[in-house]
Amino acid sequence: MNGGHDLGGMHGLGRIDVEENEPVFHDAWERRCFAITLACGFLGEWNLDMSRYARERMHPATYLDTSYYEHWLIGLQTLLVEKGLLDEAEIEQRMQALAAEADA
Amino acid sequence: MSDHHHTARLPDTVLRVKALESLLVEKGLVDPAALDALIETYEEKVGPRNGARVVARAWVDPEYKQRLLEKASAAIAEFGFTGRQGEDMVVLENTPRVHNMVVCTLCSCYPWPVLGLPPVWYKSAPYRSRAVIDPRGVLGEFGVTLGEDVEIRVWDSTAEVRYLVLPLRPEGSEGMGEEALADLVTRNSMIGTGLALSPDDPAGADKP
Repeated sequence: MNGGHDLGGMHGLGRIDVEENEPVFHDAWERRCFAITLACGFLGEWNLDMSRYARERMHPATYLDTSYYEHWLIGLQTLLVEKGLLDEAEIEQRMQALAAEADA
Repeated sequence: MSDHHHTARLPDTVLRVKALESLLVEKGLVDPAALDALIETYEEKVGPRNGARVVARAWVDPEYKQRLLEKASAAIAEFGFTGRQGEDMVVLENTPRVHNMVVCTLCSCYPWPVLGLPPVWYKSAPYRSRAVIDPRGVLGEFGVTLGEDVEIRVWDSTAEVRYLVLPLRPEGSEGMGEEALADLVTRNSMIGTGLALSPDDPAGADKP
């Protein structure tokens, strides 16, 4: 499917930024995002193509303006909600609760 | 985009990850011990050293190389390197006339069992967009200049087929053993955005 992810041949996206001695993950949240995404894959509710499609459905502008593991995060949430494993309201509530905890 | 230290672009990213993880654990959908094991595996155990051992073996053992070029996944599994994102491997042999380079224009497909997780540049929009229309320019940004008589073949990975480049064995490496040869095999040389290090160039030892 054509979409914002289909980058082959696109112009104007800038130079390649190569980081010397790059770590596997750059932030703690990337580690956790990677792990929960893989672990949820083992639930057997979706396959690799479905998880890619969940990321590819992002709005092209958002896709280009977010980082790689944010694509994973948005795709994972889409699949969890579509499969009825979590619902959006409880995710938002939990985020607010965690934010309140951090502020306390 | 030099954004190495702040990889979250959306304001709620960190909170959202925490929220999903805590809900998934609470509902018994994921096991916290499994999460830690997955992170440890891909952060510490699987990496380009695996691929380097495969390449070094192919350089010294013509029969192994034959098996590797014919049925890559099985030949790689001889080392015990198996698993996710490496089920259908194809090895691309560089020659003095042909240089292979791998990209995933649609996402980030990459041979995890032999190279670990891909670096940020491999997953980035600039590499994915340009590798297929300006491979020589891209190679130049990686400090690689090839003669005009060298054909560059760019391979676009898919979720099904993952590629590993078998780089040219460097001059001056004759007589070196497998272990020492593996030290010359960089990650980028197995993606095709680099060459194997020269044994006369110890400064190259720190290169990715």
